Amino acid sequence: MKNNSIIKALSAAVLIMSAPLAVMAQETIKIGEINHYKRMAAFAGPYKNGIELAMEEVNAAGGVLGKPLEFIFRDDQGKPGEAVKIAEELMTREGTVMLTGTILSNVGLAISSFAGEKGYVYLASEPLADSLVWSAGNPYTFRLRASTFMQAAMLAEAAAKTDAKKFATIAPNYAYGKDAVAAFKKNLLKLKPEAEFVAEQWPGVFKIDAGAEVQALERAKPDAIYNVTFGPDLAKFVREGGDRGLFDGRQVYGLLSGEPEYLDPLGAEAPEGWTVTGYPWYDLPSGPGADFVTTYQSRWDDYPRIGSLVGYMTVQSIVAALNRAGSTETEAIRSAFEDLPVNTPVGDIIFRASDHQSTMGAYVGSTTLRDGKGVMVNWEYKNGADYLPSDEEVAKLRPSK
Amino acid sequence: MELFVAQIITGLANASSLFLVACGLSLIFGVTRIVNFAHGSLYMLGAYLGYTFMQVLPGALGFWSSILLAGVSVGVIGILVEMLVLRPVYKAPELFQLVATFGVILVIQDIALIVFGPEDLLGPRAPGLRGVFRVMGEPVPKYDIILLVITPIVALALWYLITQTRVGVLVRAATQDREMVSALGVNQAWLFTGVFGLGSALAGLGGALQLPKGGADLLMDFHILAPVFVVVVIGGMGSLPGAYLAAVIISVLNVFAVTYLPQSTLVLMFVVMIVVLTIRPYGLFGREEVAGEHGQVGEPERPIKPASPRVQLLTSVFILLLAMMPIYSASFSLVFTTDVLIFCLFAASLHFLLGLGGLVSFGHAAYYGGGAYVAALLVTHANTPMELAFLLAPLGAGIAALVIGWVCLRLTGVYFAMLTLAFAQLLWSLVFQWGEVTGGDDGIVNIWPSEWLKPTIVYYYLTLLFCVGGILLLRHIAHSPFGYALRAARDSKRQAESTGIDTRKIQLLAFGFAGFMGGLAGALFVFSKGSVFPNELEIARSFDALIVVFLGGVKTLAGGVAGGVFFKGIEDILLKFEYWRLVMGLLIIFVVVLAPEGIVGSLRKGAERLNLIKSKDM
Repeated sequence: MKNNSIIKALSAAVLIMSAPLAVMAQETIKIGEINHYKRMAAFAGPYKNGIELAMEEVNAAGGVLGKPLEFIFRDDQGKPGEAVKIAEELMTREGTVMLTGTILSNVGLAISSFAGEKGYVYLASEPLADSLVWSAGNPYTFRLRASTFMQAAMLAEAAAKTDAKKFATIAPNYAYGKDAVAAFKKNLLKLKPEAEFVAEQWPGVFKIDAGAEVQALERAKPDAIYNVTFGPDLAKFVREGGDRGLFDGRQVYGLLSGEPEYLDPLGAEAPEGWTVTGYPWYDLPSGPGADFVTTYQSRWDDYPRIGSLVGYMTVQSIVAALNRAGSTETEAIRSAFEDLPVNTPVGDIIFRASDHQSTMGAYVGSTTLRDGKGVMVNWEYKNGADYLPSDEEVAKLRPSK
Repeated sequence: MELFVAQIITGLANASSLFLVACGLSLIFGVTRIVNFAHGSLYMLGAYLGYTFMQVLPGALGFWSSILLAGVSVGVIGILVEMLVLRPVYKAPELFQLVATFGVILVIQDIALIVFGPEDLLGPRAPGLRGVFRVMGEPVPKYDIILLVITPIVALALWYLITQTRVGVLVRAATQDREMVSALGVNQAWLFTGVFGLGSALAGLGGALQLPKGGADLLMDFHILAPVFVVVVIGGMGSLPGAYLAAVIISVLNVFAVTYLPQSTLVLMFVVMIVVLTIRPYGLFGREEVAGEHGQVGEPERPIKPASPRVQLLTSVFILLLAMMPIYSASFSLVFTTDVLIFCLFAASLHFLLGLGGLVSFGHAAYYGGGAYVAALLVTHANTPMELAFLLAPLGAGIAALVIGWVCLRLTGVYFAMLTLAFAQLLWSLVFQWGEVTGGDDGIVNIWPSEWLKPTIVYYYLTLLFCVGGILLLRHIAHSPFGYALRAARDSKRQAESTGIDTRKIQLLAFGFAGFMGGLAGALFVFSKGSVFPNELEIARSFDALIVVFLGGVKTLAGGVAGGVFFKGIEDILLKFEYWRLVMGLLIIFVVVLAPEGIVGSLRKGAERLNLIKSKDM
């Protein structure tokens, strides 16, 4: 009897202590955001700013489902195993209702596999790997940003319009690089069967030996070059290639090369006349796109990168899904994401029900120098929907349920 | 022919930075015996500082003095690091200092982020040296020619310093026999400090000199590390001409590989290293390490004894608490504990090699990741049932360890460590490159346990069973005749052999067994996460285990496990803070300086001093 009363007293105490906690937990809707904040600080920073801006706007307008929205940001050090552990912690201990985040494809794939197994909704915001929604796709994973395949297809379309016949490629020696080259080849050969690939260079990612790569490309005498290198590799490649005259009289197509993240560090040495995918935030005509740039600049005293835009759109997509679901139950959120329309700074996008890929597109244009900085001109926004395989094709790519 | 000449020039120019960084590392190792993992960080600082000076100092004069200034500043930083971090731990067990240098890496990473910001910096051009010369009609950047000239000048200056001056005589003497040098009245401490400063300055110089060909970014510290170690090892540790020759060989071969075998960029240098070390076990110009000391540096190892009843009781209570965990804690705590247990088994398997065998493996991730990949590949490509794949994974890892061990055991000490690293890297590049089978860096996903093992609690008990069982087995073997023979081989190979122990066979078996246990940890890992990526085979993963073993205490049986728990626990807390790397780095340095015998070793000593336990207790 005595024991019993102690237990009762204890459980009463526990109840009292946990009551305010429970109330607090009810107050916000929490989203778990996992990223490589340290390992990829230059990318994750603007992305996080985009999220916070959108979150502030949402909460100023009364939140979502009558509650404020809250993001819990966690650093995974760029390790897939660590990210999976954090995902579990967020969903079981922190009480988040869904997961989002990551830039690196391998971390995104790890979370996606975990989310599919445990039945958690995961919105992959930035990872680009095609397999995320196709060969390794699952019912619980959705992806926002235009994938490798889509962006490569946009460049292939531009390349097919020229009279270049002999192509050379240079891409980092890992999955993203290989996917990007394969997608470019496939799309180009479809539009221009007579195209020929005379050299394929595969420098180790962030380990480029630029002088040697340029010599090897020059030796193949291509009409056009397709570049997938980025970051410090791109800087070295552009410098050596420029010095040694590799780009003279040749068309160059650069995947992502026009994104501020990659173009800006090159400063006055940014390449001119390359056809690239990117984000020309400085020249957007008035409308939702330019409005986003203005608000972002006044909030952060900095200009937006592509990551900022993706972060902002991530919140918009999640809010749209929650509103459509009308609840925070996983199954409701999951089905709300299918065919979900979202109104964003780049226009209306839809998360396709067939492969869970959004139709967010990309800006394609050519590079030039303006005030000692590389910018994109003559650009055009390409709708992602036009570069995605049909629902039937996609069904074949995805694993059967 | 024209292209050939141009390619040679490109290779020679590329060799320049590599040589400067590598010769600094080689010099430091030769004299102080410190494997300085922070050397890449010093190189990175050189690049950032050089960039900063160039923004302030104008013109050609400013450019070149910035490079010199960067070298000098990094030299000063090196001196500070040596005096504050390394000097207190020279008496610690061999290679313990590398843990301290790892702490330095973490600290420098966060400081660089705070001071220089996250964005990549494009290196300024050398004034007046933009554009190309034509060599036989082929374009060769002007700056390449400058690099081509500078490197031999620096190399000659170093050669003069080492062979023709009194300082050089002392340095060479210290490379041969440091105790004799100090017995002759040379202040060894300052000699070490000076050499460390010089080596750091060379790394800084290398970082600043490459600016016009690249720039400064936060990842360059780790990216230079592998090539630099390869160069130092191929050349022979401590040998300057060796470092130069090796830098040239690697760089020139790389240029040709890029042209004629573009896919080979990841593996090339490790293949070269394995080939060279197989033919010349101590590198091109290295000499066999003189077995100056009998056994290991530092305090002699204590004989190990079975645990006392008190310790046995404590351990049983601890295991019981773990077994009852599902009753009193939340589901996530189980997931977290599963992670910690797996990591502890991994660390304990390395500790078995390192502590009992005296075999320092820098590539233990090969067996951890190897085990994980064996399981994942079996499930994906052969539809193997999960239970069978789980049991075959450690076997696969064990066999891999036997093969790698068979090759590596021809060498000893640091060369052995480096060769294990090379094999781990080879395995990593194989997995990374062979995308059709391994998925490359997109890994293998959807590797989940069988239905009955899926619930968190059941998997927790599976992990608990195998990890605690594995750790107890490792401990048990330490007390078996095999364990005695292994320690005999470690302490004195000659005496062990004269008593009839086949030391090579014993060490090979130990290597295979440690690989087997590492593979078991890997198998537990892959089924708990559901996916595996090449990250699990990376150098960084090997280092994780290495640091944990040293932090826990090499010379104590419980070192690996204690270090694992400590490290994972701290990491879990720190990761929630923005500058966790800085704090973690400082903490590691702090532990290293304060507890040079590792956590368990130092606790034991402290307890003995306070008469809390008698020395025979542990």
